[in-house]
Amino acid sequence: MKHYISLAFFIVVVMGLPMIVRNPYYVGTLVFVGIYSLITISLSLLLGYAGQISLGHAAFYGIGAYTSGLLATRCHLSPWIGLVCAAVVAGVLAYSIGRPVLKLRGHYLAMATLGFGEIVYIFLNSTVELTGGPSGFGQIPRFAVGAFSFKNDTRFYYLVWVTVIILLVLVLNVINSRIGRALRSIHGSETAANTMGVNTASYKMQVFVFSAAVSSIAGAYYAHYVTFVSPATFDANTSILLVTMVIIGGMSNVWGAILGALLLGTLPEYLRTFGDYDILIYGAIMLIIMMFAPEGLAGIAAAVKRKFEGTLVPRAAA
Amino acid sequence: MDALAITLQYVFTGVAIGSIYAMVGLGFNIIYNCTGIINFAQGEFVMLGGMFMVTLTTVWKLPVGIAFPIAVLLVVLVGIGFERIAIHPLKNPSVLVLIMITIAGSILIKGLAMFAWGKEARYLPHFSGETPINIMGATILPQTLWVLASLLTVVVGLAYFFNRTLIGKAMRACAHNPDAARLVGISVKQMVTLSFGLSSGIGAIAGVVITPIILMDYQRGAMLALKGFGAAILGGLGSAPGAVLAGLLIGILESLGAGYISSHYKDAIALIVLLGVLFVRPGGLLGSADVQRLKKF
Amino acid sequence: MKKVLILTTILCLMLSGLGFAAEPAGEPIKIGAVFSVTGKASWLGEPERNTAKMIEAEVNAAGGINGRPIEVIVEDDAGVEANAVNAVKKLVTKDNVIAIVGPSVTGASLAVKPIAEEFGVPLISCAAAESIVNPVAKWVFKTPQKDSDCAIRIFEYMKSKGLTKVAIITSTDAFGDNGRKQLKAHAPQMGIEIAADETYGPADTDMTAQLTKIKASDAQAVINWSVVPAQVTVSKNMRQLGMTIPLYQSHGFGNVKYAQASGEAGEGIIFPAGRLLVVDTLADDNPQKAVLAKYKSDYESKFNDQVSTFGGHAYDALWLVINAIKEVGPDKAKIRDYVENTKGFVGTGGIFNFSPEDHCGLDKTAFEMIIVKDSKFVALSAVEKSAAQVIMIQED
Repeated sequence: MKHYISLAFFIVVVMGLPMIVRNPYYVGTLVFVGIYSLITISLSLLLGYAGQISLGHAAFYGIGAYTSGLLATRCHLSPWIGLVCAAVVAGVLAYSIGRPVLKLRGHYLAMATLGFGEIVYIFLNSTVELTGGPSGFGQIPRFAVGAFSFKNDTRFYYLVWVTVIILLVLVLNVINSRIGRALRSIHGSETAANTMGVNTASYKMQVFVFSAAVSSIAGAYYAHYVTFVSPATFDANTSILLVTMVIIGGMSNVWGAILGALLLGTLPEYLRTFGDYDILIYGAIMLIIMMFAPEGLAGIAAAVKRKFEGTLVPRAAA
Repeated sequence: MDALAITLQYVFTGVAIGSIYAMVGLGFNIIYNCTGIINFAQGEFVMLGGMFMVTLTTVWKLPVGIAFPIAVLLVVLVGIGFERIAIHPLKNPSVLVLIMITIAGSILIKGLAMFAWGKEARYLPHFSGETPINIMGATILPQTLWVLASLLTVVVGLAYFFNRTLIGKAMRACAHNPDAARLVGISVKQMVTLSFGLSSGIGAIAGVVITPIILMDYQRGAMLALKGFGAAILGGLGSAPGAVLAGLLIGILESLGAGYISSHYKDAIALIVLLGVLFVRPGGLLGSADVQRLKKF
Repeated sequence: MKKVLILTTILCLMLSGLGFAAEPAGEPIKIGAVFSVTGKASWLGEPERNTAKMIEAEVNAAGGINGRPIEVIVEDDAGVEANAVNAVKKLVTKDNVIAIVGPSVTGASLAVKPIAEEFGVPLISCAAAESIVNPVAKWVFKTPQKDSDCAIRIFEYMKSKGLTKVAIITSTDAFGDNGRKQLKAHAPQMGIEIAADETYGPADTDMTAQLTKIKASDAQAVINWSVVPAQVTVSKNMRQLGMTIPLYQSHGFGNVKYAQASGEAGEGIIFPAGRLLVVDTLADDNPQKAVLAKYKSDYESKFNDQVSTFGGHAYDALWLVINAIKEVGPDKAKIRDYVENTKGFVGTGGIFNFSPEDHCGLDKTAFEMIIVKDSKFVALSAVEKSAAQVIMIQED
């Protein structure tokens, strides 16, 4: 119940923002935050709940962008069909690599997913005839419904953030269901979960495929928003950035995933005024958050909340 | 060039590339053994080693023999400093948080290096000239022998340190079971500091010997770390001989792949083999999956 | 619930923060610039930013344009396309700039091309690839010479030496990829056969495997198309393998430091580039000489660093904009029209002649064939002339 109040509040804020913020630059920045949020929410399900790290999600992001972008420019298919195809392609690919990859643990899983991401990156770079190679390709059409085109930033903002809200509703439901409990048990101890009769392999796979499909949808949004894609956007740095967003935001909290995307998605914009020093400030902010708030931004929020409640209702044991 | 000489050349090239990966990969193991974390700033230690060496030899005009240890020492100080400031004060940090801290550290070090050495690539003369050594029609640069020699020295040195010295044994104890180590009076926290010092030192040695071959710039570390991480994982985390074996293997695979299949896909070929090995041996070539299961992450 | 409240508060604070940085539009004429000041291509963005700031100071010291100072607002895109998109939007909608110089790299330039079109702001890219201005977009121009002309100049030179079989080796980034495409596109019509086509990653440490393959082929020359550090490594690896066939590089070799880093292996490398690199050896009656000499001495005395062709691209782009403002005032559409009709503009990259069909404005004569001699850049024509004189003296 509580989640629905939070959600309703969130919806009002998100939907109302463009009425106050009209400058395309701010709206555009928030569009990117929305695209990142799609990935980080699904990643937090994988990382924070199922406890499986992936340093290869930029690959699914890229596959989505390229699948949808290519179908729209080469085959003149509607971007909406491209979007669905993108999700299916990424989901199938995730399913086919998931079986051996998800057997690995910890750093080995990190390396395997990183390696997978690099292979996809090399593929995008090398198949020049198909993908345009390292130079990428442009003139990707925008989303449209009939004559209504999502051509300006505000329209696209609504498209992306409505998707984020749908995903949030879905994920919040999953977390508070049998599946959510099973996932948390995997994070706690996979062996114990297995012993208790939880089919851990199957749950891990489901979440992996789901997050791949969602990341792919995010990629399709990116392609039809920027209208130009090149492989450089989907390299290992992006994978690491996405995981960083999830952890900085607070791993085991979907709201944290949005916070992380918001912080790291807008931070470069704040740091514009600092010129070259931006790299130092960026690093310092990350370091300070992780040193002093290992639970991430959501952890800070929770601590503030505890303190706030603590003043009203004194607790017996702190 | 006849077919044999060509094949031999590919192997030599592979060794030259692989020795760099192995050198970088070695540095990951010590911190991993002691803390269970992958230090994402390892590549930055390599970069710093090269950069300090550039300054010491070209600006301060020191001979290689003197500049080399000074450069390594400076990076060790950076490594220890980083650990003291960012990791030492933490109480019971999780593995993921520690990894994030090393990512943040790598960004900071990279930024500082950008201000210190500028954005252009810096170069260093080869230590023993650039006259290639010709073996049966294939060639190898003397600098590659420097890399291989450092590799050997570090592996032997580490074996001696971990098996024959008290501190080394204490560090191994921390790696196996930190709680038990604490019980017998080993200061685990100091061992962690020491592991950062050692790792950064090994990274610096790598940076010093490879800079003449690859040129160094402030953001070179990340790419090197990625390849080195691959070597450390393929070899089995924690195993120094494993990292060397795996590094050379990846290098040779890339080189043979570029030579006989396609240079467009050479990195993909090496990665596919890496993934294949992991699927069969989830603990890497010389690692153990059972040990892996006991680690925190 | 509280979490959401806090989330909202942070969101609002962040947005107000964004707004807070805004300054009211004042007297200065604002020109935007998007350079890769940090990130992968920061060796490009650095000289470009320096150049832009130098010109800003120079123009303002001379009293500005019609009494109004100019303000060059430099944004960093770190070479990331999404950042470049944000940066251009910020410059156009928040800072209200009247024209934009940059971005530094091809990918970012292509990503912001539709935005310049959408908002109707003249954008003069400093990136190399021809695809930025081909197909022509109404508002988008570029100052670096064309990739295709670079390929053609190399091929022409090869043919003059009687060489017809070439091996190409390119990096797998946008710069190398565009070069590879142009080389492959122009080779057949120039009567050149591509004997080997190899690539390598931009951060690779060793290219001897690819070069061994080339050595085993019947190529008579090698063309390497990439940026630093690979262009240095290729020359060294060729020397290691004992390859004696000539090495040609692209216009990405435009910094004398790379020749120095290549050492002995760099001797004899030939490449086409703007005349900035050989200004000292240019004839005094060369129309570019005065501009080049001034830029070189200004830059080198101010930043205590060697001048590169890359900063020159920003120099040309910014002066095009400033000249336009001087003539037609700070009006986006008029600036665009003026730039498009600019003829005979003497820049560091060549003499620009824009037209509605050509938004690059340079042809293949903008390139000078340059050779590395004693770790310095020398115009090939000067070397060949002096060699001919030596022969004549001997004959006497």
